[in-house]
Formats: sequence, structure tokens, C-alpha cells
Amino acid sequence: MNILLFLLLFHAAMSLVFAVLPPNAFRNMLVRISAALIAAGSVCAAVVFNGHDQFFKVEFPYIDMFFFGGEMLLSLFLLYKCIGIKRREWYIPVLIIAQAGIMAYCELSGAMPKVENALYIDNFSVIMALIIGIVGSLICFYATSYMRDYHHHNPQMKDRQRSFFFILFFFLSAMFGVVFANNLAWLYLFWEITTLSSFILIGYPKTEEATRNAYLALGLNLLGGLGFAGGILYLVKFGGLHTVDLNQIITFGRINAGTLGKINSGVVLIPVVLICFAGLAKSAQMPFSSWLLGAMVAPTPVSALLHSSTMVKAGIFIIIKFAPVLQGTWAGYFLALVGGITFLLTSIIAVTQNNAKRVLAYSTIANLGLIVACAGVGTPQTLWAAVLLTIFHAVSKGLLFLGVGSIEHKIGSRDIEDMGGLIVNRPGLAVVMIVGILGMFLAPFGMLISKWACLEAFVNVKYTPLLAVLLAYGSAPTMFFWTKWMGKIVSVPGGTAKGEGRVPGDEWTALAVLAFATVATAALFPLISWASVAPYIAGLYHVESQAAAGLTQGNIIIMLILLGLMVVLPLGFLAYPKKPNYVARYLGGANIGENDSFVGAMGATQHATLRNYYLSGFFSEKKLTVAGIVLSILLIVTMFSAVKL
Amino acid sequence: MKTALWVVAWVVLAPFIGGLLAGVDRIITARMQSRVGPPVLQPFYDVLKLFGKRGNVVNAFQNFYMICFLVFVIVTGCLFFSGGDLLLTIFALAVAGVFFVLGAFSPNSPYSNIGAERELLQMMSYEPVLIIMAVGMFMVTKSWHVDAIAGFHQLLFAYLPGVFVAFLFVLTIKLRKSPFDLSMSHHGHQELVKGATTEFSGPALAVIEIAHWYENILLMGFVYLFFACNWIAAIAAVMVTYFIEIFIDNTFARLTWRFTVKSSWIVAGVFGVVNIFCVAFLIK
Amino acid sequence: MSFLKKSPWIIHYDGSSCNGCDIEVLACLTPLYDIERFGIINTGNPKHADVFLITGSINEQNADVVRTIYNQMPDPKVVAAIGICATSGGIFRECYNVKGGVDSTIPVDIYIPGCAVRPEAIIDGVVAALGVLEKKAAALASMKASA
Repeated sequence: MNILLFLLLFHAAMSLVFAVLPPNAFRNMLVRISAALIAAGSVCAAVVFNGHDQFFKVEFPYIDMFFFGGEMLLSLFLLYKCIGIKRREWYIPVLIIAQAGIMAYCELSGAMPKVENALYIDNFSVIMALIIGIVGSLICFYATSYMRDYHHHNPQMKDRQRSFFFILFFFLSAMFGVVFANNLAWLYLFWEITTLSSFILIGYPKTEEATRNAYLALGLNLLGGLGFAGGILYLVKFGGLHTVDLNQIITFGRINAGTLGKINSGVVLIPVVLICFAGLAKSAQMPFSSWLLGAMVAPTPVSALLHSSTMVKAGIFIIIKFAPVLQGTWAGYFLALVGGITFLLTSIIAVTQNNAKRVLAYSTIANLGLIVACAGVGTPQTLWAAVLLTIFHAVSKGLLFLGVGSIEHKIGSRDIEDMGGLIVNRPGLAVVMIVGILGMFLAPFGMLISKWACLEAFVNVKYTPLLAVLLAYGSAPTMFFWTKWMGKIVSVPGGTAKGEGRVPGDEWTALAVLAFATVATAALFPLISWASVAPYIAGLYHVESQAAAGLTQGNIIIMLILLGLMVVLPLGFLAYPKKPNYVARYLGGANIGENDSFVGAMGATQHATLRNYYLSGFFSEKKLTVAGIVLSILLIVTMFSAVKL
Repeated sequence: MKTALWVVAWVVLAPFIGGLLAGVDRIITARMQSRVGPPVLQPFYDVLKLFGKRGNVVNAFQNFYMICFLVFVIVTGCLFFSGGDLLLTIFALAVAGVFFVLGAFSPNSPYSNIGAERELLQMMSYEPVLIIMAVGMFMVTKSWHVDAIAGFHQLLFAYLPGVFVAFLFVLTIKLRKSPFDLSMSHHGHQELVKGATTEFSGPALAVIEIAHWYENILLMGFVYLFFACNWIAAIAAVMVTYFIEIFIDNTFARLTWRFTVKSSWIVAGVFGVVNIFCVAFLIK
Repeated sequence: MSFLKKSPWIIHYDGSSCNGCDIEVLACLTPLYDIERFGIINTGNPKHADVFLITGSINEQNADVVRTIYNQMPDPKVVAAIGICATSGGIFRECYNVKGGVDSTIPVDIYIPGCAVRPEAIIDGVVAALGVLEKKAAALASMKASA
């Protein structure tokens, strides 16, 4: 209990401190210390609570009223923020008022049921807490020196680091709330705080573009939030369930799905699907994907935070949480299809992008789509894959975003085309990026392990192998865009920008730890599965722990052997003894000197520059996005109408 | 014990069989062009010669990727021939392919760079088919494991004719045969010089060649699985398939990458996906 | 090192030839002569080639190109000058921009005169070049052993 409260409240308290401290060495030290403390706290929580699910009563007078008041205050604040909206963003205040109205109605009509245990912790919460605590803390660590350089590079921007760090820490605190709250009304407040925080962080640069994108993020997430509020309203007022106890709802949904038949399944399924709708918005699935792409305008630590450890992870957290209820239902199947379609289309779109951050954003949406697909299917194996995907994705994506941030500050560009020669110019950053990219798509690293488990599980889904087909088609472009990026990094052209100075120590610490974690999670995933994921799923589904794992033992061993090869082979390169015979690259014999120049027409000196393929004439970002939005809206409508099936 | 034997056989024999296959290929190709063609052992002479030459490099890294390519192709084959998981085999093959592409990217030469990009396009073209093939085989045999699939008592081809057609289509890409030999061709003097392998010489080129021999045998292994219930028929099917590929090689001009990607995705969809959907509905 | 003899890969460069000799070089690849019988492949890539065939004379424009291609070929390698222009400059010898035969720029191992040279002569020349290639390979090996 104390650890939980520490995790929940410490960052909230620290955020108030950072709201007043000016950006100086003392503040940075304090940021580092509190980040380290929270990381340590989450590890403690893992050690204490892993395998020991617990519920906690929060005995505090008027605590529910306090949360209700918080929700109302938040709505008021958001309404105040609506001063800045444009005419076509009229829907934002409408959504705020609708949500606040629903919550006020639930509370003030006196129908809001009491929840005995307001907080809980189980293995999945522990995993999420570790992700938030460790990856989130590393990002805070990184942010200290990054923000200094950021304002150095953008002198026209007003230095508002106080509010930046205030929100950053408040955000993390709310994320802990999301994963520990058992009372859905509380969870709702934390949920809305993450929406608010990301709104402010995205708007940090205060440019017109950033402001509009921030409002877009706000609007879409409020739409999701409306679904959440609707779910609570249904639980409280209709359907006869009369509880907002998260874990009770899940248990009831399990029993209901399993033994009592489908007669009353709508009672649970309707609110669950409504809340999953909120999850779709938060995890930026199509048709909501545009807000996450717009969020790229924010400083890199914000992107890293939104993508790896917070925000989008809140969305899939709630969907994974409800996966057992969704198992075997048509609603769950259509939810899975939303994820599958998102995975396929955004993977293809990512091929056409040359802005590193946009590639990462599309890849995030795609991978979250895969997680949603797994959760929608909701069998033990897919859930196993979904939880592991969440872990691997958080680590690798955090690493890649921070890596791109450091590269951007050094070479002055986030265009992939400018990253040529990184392997010789900045070998450290290049290795970090390669590890991150390998972690995202290649055997035997994390994401592939889960993708593999997904594929094997999808084929066993009772309907059709449609999801497996979507995955088969979606993996191919994934390989394309990651490999060509990696190819750019490892290519050795002459005369590319190296940039001035070294990467700051804080950034290095974060990068090195995350790079190590990417390899370590791949190496230790059987341990993670055995100690935490498999027991959690086995408990949920009342199956043997062995059966809950997505991969067989033999395959796990093979994966470890492959990983060993991946680690050992580069060492072989160090032993490469011979002095090679260097010659210039082949340019039809017309080379000039040792670099990439050649004799062109009329004897002029030409420089050979190479660009990757983006196939933008072949795959159209616009058309695919429109197709995705239409398809996913259709699927979501079908999902809602399939609730009664 | 049997597994170990298969693995050893793969590691030791595959390059010899692959080399012979390449030699036969060259002779048949020559005969189709009314030439005599080289001796059947010619591919071995070529590789042994390359080992005797000095390797020129553009940068110190490039050969490293190709060694990784060879290692991962061999590992992939070990997984396959030890009866391991078919999906993992396909993923491991992709790892090998990625190393090959990185090697081609590394020298930053225009020719090998375009070769690398095209190789990636080719990978993008055939990857869905390979996965759909594994899925289809699982749906019929209820196992992901190669030994169980090979031990399936009925003719797999009878269940998966569509998947086989789709696989045959991408096999042309994988064997680097015309019309899909976009990234590098066995026939020199083309617009890309030697595409992805342009900047490799001497022993490194020999390593690439050997890796391709291994790869070809592995692909023939995939073909074998479709007919595995009778080994004589299966070997005959493998030979016929390879002959068809040579025939296609000699009768088609090279096509564009657009056509390659589009057609292979459509063929995978029309033949492969429809086939596995039928299987899903018919076999419960 | 007898494998060099069994698989000589060539690269063909047209200096400033009138294309007469080029046509004859390509004729060797046709079914009539089929030099692939001897394992000879026209690679078109200096990094893969063992034998460098040059037709036509060397002029100020192409001297650098010929030198670059020669340098990019991995050892051991041989150079064959095909046709009279490549061996000595031929009738273009006195032209203002012609430097002379191939040996004015890079060392030549085999001279195959003719105008245009006949395919049989080219094949004979390449076979003779293989003998030189063998010697060079042996020299390279002994250099490696002593180093």
C-alpha cells in the first residue's frame, strides 16, 4: 500500500516543486533523483507484489467527492482552455460539457455505487508500473539536457520549462493512477488527466501548428473519453450491473461469457465496448490516428513519453484488461479487425515517410494495432503476446525516439536521408539506433517474438484466418521501411554532416540503459513470461501456466540461440584482422578521387547522391489514410451493433 | 539422432547439391539458347577461383554483413531440416535477407544501393506468400513443425493448390530468375551492372554465391513439403518445379518493380488467401 | 590455382573503337562460339572480373576511366588489347587526341591484333591470357607466403 501511494503521489508532489524551480543544475539534479526514486519504487513494487495480487481499501473521508471535484475542475479548466479554439473545433467544448454532464449526473443522482477496494495491483499492473517507472524515468532523465539544447536550438521560443516539467511529472503520476485504480470513476479522472497533460505538452512549442495539433489531440481523446463516461453511465444507470469495480466487471464478464450463456452478455459487453472505444482513441488507432502524428511537433521527450510509456499505453492497458471479456464475442472480433486494419495500413504508410519521427509514429500506431488485435481476440495466447508486445514496444520505441532526438540535435535534421554515414560519424548513436530498429522487427528480438506468437494464435481463432492474413501482409512493408532506414545508417558515403560536440551524458545514460534493456528483454523474455505474464494469464483464464505461454519451450531456446548469434557475430567483426584492399566504389570508371564524385556530361564534376525508395507514387499516404478511416469507422459501428450478438 | 543427421547433411551436402543444381541450370539454360554451355561443375570452379582472388572492398564493414548472411542462411536451414517451426524458418530467412540488403547498402555505391532497394521490394513481395504458405500448411496439418508437416499422411498439394501457385510465383523472385531478377541478375551486362553484389569481389563474392546455393536448396525444401507424402513423387515435383523456373527464366524479359510488387501481392491474395479461406471453411 | 583457368570472368571496355571489334567480342558470346563453354562470363563489372578486354585506342577522355577500371579489378588480373587500335593506336595513332594503344596507360599482357579481330583470335588470345593469369597468381601466392 505504501509503495503504491508513493508511486501515485510522489511525482504529483514533485511536479509542484518543479512548477516553481527555475531550470538550473539543482533542478536537473532533483529531476534525476526523483526519476531514480520512482524507478526504484516501481522495481520495489514488482519485487513485493509480483505474483501477489492485492486489493486496497482507501479509507479517507470524502475521497470519492474529492475525485468528483477533480473531474469537475478538470472540465472547467479544459473549458477555459477552449478560448483558443477555432470555429471548426466547436465540438471540443461540446464534448467537455457532455462528459462533465454525464459524470455529474451519475454522481449527483446518488446512483454512483461505492467501490470497496479503490486500488489494486496485479502482475499486469506491475508490468505497466515498471514500464512507466523505468522507461518514463529515463525519459525524464533525458529531458533535462535535451530541453536545455532544445531552447538553445530554438531561441525564438519562450522557455517554459517549469510548466513542462510540472506536467511531465504530473502525467507520470496519473499514469500510475490508471494502472492501479480499481474504481472506474477514479480511473476516469486519471484518464482525463493524461488527456489534459498530453494536450499541454503537445502545445508546448506554442506555434500555430503545435496549438492546432494539441487541440486535435484533445478533441479526439475527449471523444474517446465520452465513450468512457458513457460506459460508466451504463454501468451505473442501466444494465443492472451497478458497480464500477473494474476487476469485478472483468470477473463477471468471464463467468458470463463462459457458463451463463450469452443471454445477458450485453450487460457487461456494452460498457466494456464503450470503454474500449475510449482505448482506441487513446491508443491512436484508426480513425483516431491523426492526433498521434500531429503530436510529433512537441519536443522529443514528449513524443517518446506519449509513444512508449504513457498515453497510448493507457489505451491498450484498458483494452488488454478487458480482453477476457471480449474473448469469443463478435464485438471483440471487430475490435481486433480495427487493430488489424490499422496495422496493415499504417505499416504501408510508414514506407512513404522520410521524417524519422513520423516513421516512428506510424510504426507505433501499427504495433498498437497489433496489440489491439491480440486483445480483441482475447485468447490466452494472444493476450500473452499482447502483454509482451507492450513491454518490448515500450522499450524499443522509447530508445528510438530518444535516439532520433539526439541525432537531430547533432546533425540538425530528423530526415532519414541525412543519417547516411552515421556508422562512421557517430558509431555510438548508430549502434543505439540499430539495436532499437532490430528490436522493432527482426528475429530474435522482442517484437518478432510476439508477432510470431500472434500469428500462431490468430490461425487458431474460431472465425477465419483473416487476422493472420492482415498480419502477413502488414509485416512485409514493416521489414521494408525498417531495413532501408538501417541501410541508410550503415551506408558509408563521403562528406556527410557529423555535427558539433558530444551527446550529453544524461542522454547517453538514457540511451545506453534502453539499448541494454532492448537486448535484455529479448534475452530474458522467458523469465518475464514465466515469472509474471504467464501466471497472470493463467489466473485470468483458469488454465495451466504452461498453456498460457504463446511459444513452446523448444522455440524459446531456439530464439535464445539466435539472439546469442546476433550478439556474438559483431564480436567476430572485431577480430577481423586483415588490412583490406580499399578501392573506390564503382561509378562506371568515371570516378574522381576517393569520394562519390564522378565526371559527368561535358566533363563537369558531379556528386553521386543516393536516396532511399519511398514509393510515394505507389502507396499514397492520403488515399490509404482515407481508406483506413472509412474502414475502421465501419468496423467500429459494426462492433457496437455486434454487442448484442 | 535423425535430426542431427539431417542437420549435418544440410550443412555439408547442401552447398554441393546447390552448386550442382546451379551447374545443371546453366547447362539447361544454354541448351534452351542452342548453346553447349559450361561443364556441370562450373559453379564450383567459379567459387574456388573467387576464393583464390584478392578481395577489394570499399569500406571495412561490407564483407561482415555477407558473412552474417551466410551464417543466418545456414542457421535457417538447420531449423528447417531439423524439423523445427516453419514460421520461425521463414523469419530467420528474413533475417538473412536483411543482412544481405545491409551489405548491399554499406558501400553506398549507386548500383548496389539500387540493388538493395530492389531486393527489399522483392522481400516485400514474397514475404506475405511465405507466411500464408506456413499458415495454410498449419491449417491442414495442425502443426507448425516441419517434421510433422513432412510426415502428413496425405498430399498437401491437394489441399493447397492455390497456395502452391502463389508460392511458385514468388519462387521466381527468390531464385533470382527473370522476369523478377530485379536486384541482381546471373547475367551480367545489365543496367544495374551486378546490382546488390556489384561492390563485392573475391572471397566475399564466393560467400554470397555459396549462401545462394544454400538458399536454393532450402527453397526446394519448401517445394518438397507440398508433396512430402511420397518422397519419390516429391523429388520429381521439385525437379519439375525447378525446370519450370528455368523455362520461365528463359522466356520472359525483366519486369518492373511495380509489376513485381503488385502482381505478387495480388497472386498471393487471389490464390493463397482464397485457398486458406476455403481450407478454413472446409476443414474444421 | 588452376581454377582461374577454368573460370575467367571478363570485363569489356570500348575505348574509342569503331565498334567493329566490339561486335566481334560480343559474337564470342553467341551460340556459334559460346565462350561460356570455357566458363567465360562477361561480367561487366571490374570488381568481379579477371580479364580486362579493351577495344579501340586510348584517348585523353578515356585514359582515366581505363586506369580506374584497372585499379578496381582484384588481383590477379590480366589485360588484353583487342584489335589493332588497342594494340598500337592503329589508323588513329596520329590523331590529335589519341594517346596510343592501351599500353600507353596500363600494362598490357596480351596483344590480339586484327581489324576487325576475328572471334577465333579473341578466344585464342583469352586462352593465352589465362596462361599469364596463372603465372601472376603463382607470383601473388609466393609473395603472400613470403610476406
